[in-house]
Amino acid sequence: MTDDELIWRIAGGSGDGIASTSQNFAKALMRSGLHVFTHRHYPSRIRGGHTYTEIRASANPVESRGDGYNFLLTLGDSFARNPSEGAYYGDEEQKPLYENLDELREGGVIVIDSGLVDTDSVEDFDERVEENNWHVYEFDLRSLAREHGREVMRNTAGVGVTCALAGIDRDWIIELMTEAMPEKILEPNLEILDEAYEMAMEREHTHDVSVPEGEHDEEQVLLSGSDAIAYGSIDEGCRFISGYPMTPWTEVFTIMSQNLPELGGISEQVEDEIAAAALALGASHAGVKAMSGSSGGGFALMSEPLGLAEMTETPVVFVEAMRAGPSTGLPTKPEQGDLEHVLYTSQGDSNRVVFAPSTVSEAYTQTRQAFKLAYEYQIPAIVIYDQKLGGELVNVPASHFDEAPNPDLGSVLTEEEIAEAPHDPSGKYNRFQHNVEKGISPRSLPGQKGGRFLATGNEHMPAGHISEDPENRVFQMDRRMERVENIRKDLDAMDTSHQTPHGPSEAEYGILTWGSNQGTVFEAVDRLNDDGYSVKALSVSDMMPYPVEEVEAFIESVDEVLVVEMNASAQFRGLTQKELGRYGEKLASLLKYNGNPFEPAEIVDGFVTTVVENDTLPGTETKFVPAAGD
Amino acid sequence: MSVFSAIGEETEHDQNEFTPGLEPQPTWCPGCGDFGVLKALKGAAAELGLSPDEMLLCTGIGCSGKLNSYFESYGFHTIHGRSLPIARAAKLANPGLTVVAAGGDGDGYGIGGNHFMHSARENHDMTYIVFNNEIFGLTKGQTSPTSPKGHKSKTQPHGSAKEPLRPLSLSLTSGASYIARTAAVNPNQAKEIIIEAIEHDGFSHVDFLTQCPTWNKDARQYVPYIDIQDSDDYDFDTTDRREASEMMAETEDALHEGTVLTGRYYVDSERPSYGQEKRAIGEMPEEPLAERYFDEDYEWERTYDLFLDKHR
Repeated sequence: MTDDELIWRIAGGSGDGIASTSQNFAKALMRSGLHVFTHRHYPSRIRGGHTYTEIRASANPVESRGDGYNFLLTLGDSFARNPSEGAYYGDEEQKPLYENLDELREGGVIVIDSGLVDTDSVEDFDERVEENNWHVYEFDLRSLAREHGREVMRNTAGVGVTCALAGIDRDWIIELMTEAMPEKILEPNLEILDEAYEMAMEREHTHDVSVPEGEHDEEQVLLSGSDAIAYGSIDEGCRFISGYPMTPWTEVFTIMSQNLPELGGISEQVEDEIAAAALALGASHAGVKAMSGSSGGGFALMSEPLGLAEMTETPVVFVEAMRAGPSTGLPTKPEQGDLEHVLYTSQGDSNRVVFAPSTVSEAYTQTRQAFKLAYEYQIPAIVIYDQKLGGELVNVPASHFDEAPNPDLGSVLTEEEIAEAPHDPSGKYNRFQHNVEKGISPRSLPGQKGGRFLATGNEHMPAGHISEDPENRVFQMDRRMERVENIRKDLDAMDTSHQTPHGPSEAEYGILTWGSNQGTVFEAVDRLNDDGYSVKALSVSDMMPYPVEEVEAFIESVDEVLVVEMNASAQFRGLTQKELGRYGEKLASLLKYNGNPFEPAEIVDGFVTTVVENDTLPGTETKFVPAAGD
Repeated sequence: MSVFSAIGEETEHDQNEFTPGLEPQPTWCPGCGDFGVLKALKGAAAELGLSPDEMLLCTGIGCSGKLNSYFESYGFHTIHGRSLPIARAAKLANPGLTVVAAGGDGDGYGIGGNHFMHSARENHDMTYIVFNNEIFGLTKGQTSPTSPKGHKSKTQPHGSAKEPLRPLSLSLTSGASYIARTAAVNPNQAKEIIIEAIEHDGFSHVDFLTQCPTWNKDARQYVPYIDIQDSDDYDFDTTDRREASEMMAETEDALHEGTVLTGRYYVDSERPSYGQEKRAIGEMPEEPLAERYFDEDYEWERTYDLFLDKHR
């Protein structure tokens, strides 16, 4: 484990401004030339309840939260409701201290707001400090904040202390505060920052943790997976969104709702998720690029309109932000448990495109790809990601977003083209023709002269008339299914692949993963190779149609494969075996589903223990499921 | 050629244009009230001078859902209870379209009840026709939300313990700005009401009594009916919410007792439609959104120029 990085954890109560403070701090670190990665942990409560944000800052690119952390700023929970011991939520006020000690690295720094946090609340605090060589600094940040402004400004005091203790140039913070804060609160905040800084500089520094120096080759921007999905949609010409709030999908919905009106678009918050999905279909049917989305439970309601989109060949993009289930599960915690739900929900032999972006930058590109394919092939496309990817802020080169907009509606005819196209004797346009290139039968839009047709969820003839004719049924089914095969061919023909390899090209072992685990797995692979093991990884982002050739080549190239995912039933491993038709004996699983994402060390340990040493995993954080042949 | 040239096209349209050329005959049972809706809608569309290509007819599932198989226009035969959210989004995307949604009493007041309330509340500029025959038809005769209390069916063998839903009162409470009840047995009034409903700028709810000769043999067949506007016994102001509400209550009570009252109950021409409201607060473009995708001069903005500054 290296200490050429600062992993700063700010802990407090929900509602204490932890998220906004850490966002600014992360941006300041990015502007100073560092690579940053943030990890958010928050309860399903508004005010009160232990929350923290971790910011990892390094001179080198960082793609995961890392293992543990080395700088804790604990502000206490000022909204704690049940401070008495034994109450349902426990001794809350002090949680930001005692809940966070387990992962603090040896030699780490603890800054305590003594105005609210009492070290006596941790039974063996002094012993643990000594044992771990932690460096404790106590300041009454609460009083300082109250003196100059309001209690909530103790965040700023904490940042000031951090700057002093970690050697961070305050100017980066001041610049950001000046940009972000109205004059009225800027003044007291600057005073608090200065005073806290001086206070900490006066204290003797015994620790050896500091922020590294770095420099970027090109301009960076700091944004989350939710930002990236929203921006990808907007750049791809999406101007209609309908939704119902549900964590963590709400983030994308909010970003879109706040921006679409200025772009001449429409956002609709509606009565439920069935309506939300149906509205997106209605808007798309009328000729607008449209999206909707939800999280697990809300997406369950959308399965009916989803099937209708498939049968009527109405293009639409749905976003599914996974949180831990079943049912309402852990509302604010990540899991990858909705993969099968998203792949197979809705009745019949249904087809769709399902992408699971792995990083913030891929969230942008793959969302755009989802829209392209949806509108070209007239098929619903789903972007599935978890709460971790949605909420993590990372730096991405600004040039990544320097792309042209694409308002192309795909396979829609003009009125001239409609006039030339085949019509049914009834006068209707043959919207669902049998034998067409790539299975794509071009659309007309309501209001276009001569283009009228019937869209229906029942099986239908070329003009849309409902029909149970067996021959037509087979033609229509085959054509709808054929589109997915052609989408696979298109994706395979692209210069770039959504599947990301990592590590040496030849290796003994492989790690297969999907979605937001990518960065964590890659970091673990690097460490394993540094430790003398021979491992490579493949991170898969196309779920349907599945990248059979790429994954098969990867599995064939190694002796054993460990599939890493955040769920209890190894859903991606199951999908891989189903799509490839074999390899049950070659794929084992490392699973985590306790509400927290993997740390690289867990993958390193899990791999060495289970794959190399054929041993069982100690503890309960992660779980091993052997291959069928074991 | 413009993108949506069928919209606002000024030519005379014959009722027959709304009859699909080689369509099979409707599969509704002989004597079914649904024929009355089809006829009234065709007559209304022709009289309004609409072109089949500028109309979007969204239906739900059930006997009523088959309406757009027999009516020539753009159609979206959706899923049980979901015609409204699909229809209202299509109208928002392209306000030039004449959007009509239709469904049955099970479809519209049962499974789609939530959408009904909220579409009325938002006052979308569209027409919603509910085929009210007080029974589930296509699934073979189960008790529906408007079936009378005590109604016996295979799924309620002891007779329904539920009071029937009151669609007119519910509609008013929810916020519909045009509310009427008509009946298949009253074709002239039905056509007139549908014309008014389509012309009305806001959410128009037409509770359309359609007799079901197959499954609801015990049901009143909606005859004799009384047209409240034609009768001296019923004098009230259709623009007065309170008076309309009382008349609706009386109508709904009377139906349970076997007297069929039809006519227009509530007309609020002052209230702006949802689209107008959204435009007024800057949440909807002035020009139809759907046209923008065909405007070659329109400069599509991109997030790189718009939003990236705040992430730097």
